[in-house]
Amino acid sequence: MNLLSSLSPAYAEIFLLTMVCVILVLDLFIANHTKTLTYLMVQVTLLGCSLITVSTHQGGIAHLFNHMFVDDLMSDVLKLLTYLAVSMMLVYSRTYLMARGLFTGEFLGLVLFATLGMMVMISASNFLSLYLGLELLALSLYAMVALQRDSAVATEAAMKYFILGAMASGFLLYGMSMLYGATGSLDVGRIAQVIQHGTPNKELLVFGLAFIVAGLAFKLGAVPFHMWVPDVYHGAPTAMTMFIGSAPKLAAFAFVMRILVEALQPLMIHWSGMLMILAVLSMAVGNITAIAQTNLKRMFAYSTIAHMGFMLIGVLSGTVEGYGSSMFYAIIYVLMSLGGFGMIMLLSREGFEADNLNDFKGLNQRSPWLAFMMLLLMFSMAGVPPTVGFYAKFSVLNAAVQAGHIPLVVMAVLFSLIGAFYYLRIVKLMYFDAPESHEKLYLQPDSSLLISINGLAVLALGILPGTLMSVCAVSVQQSLLH
Amino acid sequence: MNIEILFYLFAAVTVFAALRVITARNPLHAVLFLVLAFVSSAGIWLLLEAEFLAIALVLVYVGAVMVLFLFVVMMLDINIEQLRVGFLRWLPLGLLLAGLIGVQMVWVLGAKETSAGMTAVQHAADYSNTKELGRQIYTDYVYPFELAAVLLLVAMVAAIALTLRKRRDTKRQHIGTQLKATKQDRLRIVSVPSGHKSDAAPAAADSDVHAAD
Repeated sequence: MNLLSSLSPAYAEIFLLTMVCVILVLDLFIANHTKTLTYLMVQVTLLGCSLITVSTHQGGIAHLFNHMFVDDLMSDVLKLLTYLAVSMMLVYSRTYLMARGLFTGEFLGLVLFATLGMMVMISASNFLSLYLGLELLALSLYAMVALQRDSAVATEAAMKYFILGAMASGFLLYGMSMLYGATGSLDVGRIAQVIQHGTPNKELLVFGLAFIVAGLAFKLGAVPFHMWVPDVYHGAPTAMTMFIGSAPKLAAFAFVMRILVEALQPLMIHWSGMLMILAVLSMAVGNITAIAQTNLKRMFAYSTIAHMGFMLIGVLSGTVEGYGSSMFYAIIYVLMSLGGFGMIMLLSREGFEADNLNDFKGLNQRSPWLAFMMLLLMFSMAGVPPTVGFYAKFSVLNAAVQAGHIPLVVMAVLFSLIGAFYYLRIVKLMYFDAPESHEKLYLQPDSSLLISINGLAVLALGILPGTLMSVCAVSVQQSLLH
Repeated sequence: MNIEILFYLFAAVTVFAALRVITARNPLHAVLFLVLAFVSSAGIWLLLEAEFLAIALVLVYVGAVMVLFLFVVMMLDINIEQLRVGFLRWLPLGLLLAGLIGVQMVWVLGAKETSAGMTAVQHAADYSNTKELGRQIYTDYVYPFELAAVLLLVAMVAAIALTLRKRRDTKRQHIGTQLKATKQDRLRIVSVPSGHKSDAAPAAADSDVHAAD
């Protein structure tokens, strides 16, 4: 009994793992092609996880499993948002995947396994658990991209993703082994202690750090380690692209926080320079290359690269406000990317992908409400004031100004101006061009309701960003108080 | 002193074998060189007094994984010449990068100062490596151990999801359908009137064709 109650911070993970196994087995006995029961069970599991996460929340920081697992406010907030993002992704993609015969029990199982991987990453306080969580997530994602076996592009995307992802893991592990050699520990807190008070080999530390930053940049998709992003985003079925582009970014943010900020804070002078190069290059390449894209999924891929550059600006500022605004940025990015890909899937139907810019021509005439939602999402991605995208960019840049990175901020503003072009081009296509087809849109009630909520949330959060922003700031502050 | 010589011997063999893995012309040779690299790394682990891990490396990797690898390489018809196109073109760039990393590593790892508390612990002869490893895995490292198990489960689910699919072009036997078949499904009894009249002959020939179907 004592053992059980001492595990309470990890109840959500344990519950999720148990439910995946139950769902995988039960699914075999459900001879229903629409998989409604399995789908409902998955949604209930995610709901149950969020209830457990809320009810097992305690004020301070709890460590578990020999300091390999940490439960703090930041991890709880990020986990709740992860459940929400995964659940939204399932609502958006259900019809789309069913039309392509991909909505199987194995797919749902892999989604839950990936969710578990993200949870492990979010509340890891040891390099071992960080790495294993990352692999759990990545392995599920590789398989999900490859699920569409008959599509040559999807298979190619999965192959590229797998090989480059494996290489990035190699970089990360090599860097971790160097840090282990220098400090004698894999524990996040212990490493920070040894670097601060001990006499570790500085060259070895920085050498390991360079590899770790390279591995992280690979996983985030920051330039010059971004080569896989456009091909994978383009080649994968849109539902999988949405999954890759949404919830894992939250886990990636937690990953960066745990490694760079919690473990390697004393080396900040070294890593903030590296991140600065990554951020500037990502914003430049992402925003400029996106202009040339005619495929919406590819355009979103480059836009992700640019957004990740923006997120890194907050981290490299090195202040609590910077980390908080980065977390805010990651959350808002996930919300916008869910909406963007959701729109593509909403307009797609069996045998047709609405992932071309031309497919959005004259959307206003076909469905004014959907066009308005897309307008809100695009405005938010571009950072136009009443929407939340503006506030996210503003808070990140504000933190960077306070840390004294003025040239960086000027460049960021310039590049996001360039980026505004390709977001606003979609708005122009929707409102001022004639539609290419007048076919009636068949909209699913659940996903059209969700896209309305998604679009309006972007607007509402833009008008009242205070609550979410203070949640981010407080949770980052608490998790850094060791 | 002797141990140091042994270490350099094993290390040299490992590096040589690893190089041959990527330069060997024949993929089978590459796999065999990989086996050599594993065996010599196991030797290095033995020198580090990690006996159990060394034996596990030989048993699991060399014994099981590499044999599987050999099978796969033999099954696939790899055109090695096609893979080598562009090898020479990219060689200078590769060598440059390898050289850069090599210089960096010498610079970093060549630094003489070692961190405090980094010396190897000497154990008595009756110290059981295996027991200690088991104790660690099931106590301090139980969380990563469980995670690794989940990782294997994901790999299994993914492998099944990717390979188990119905293809129309494969021929297979459906035993269930065969057993369920009844006489009525397969056999049609047609009553053929025995011909007295001459105009019944074409009809009889017609039903014969049906029965043959």
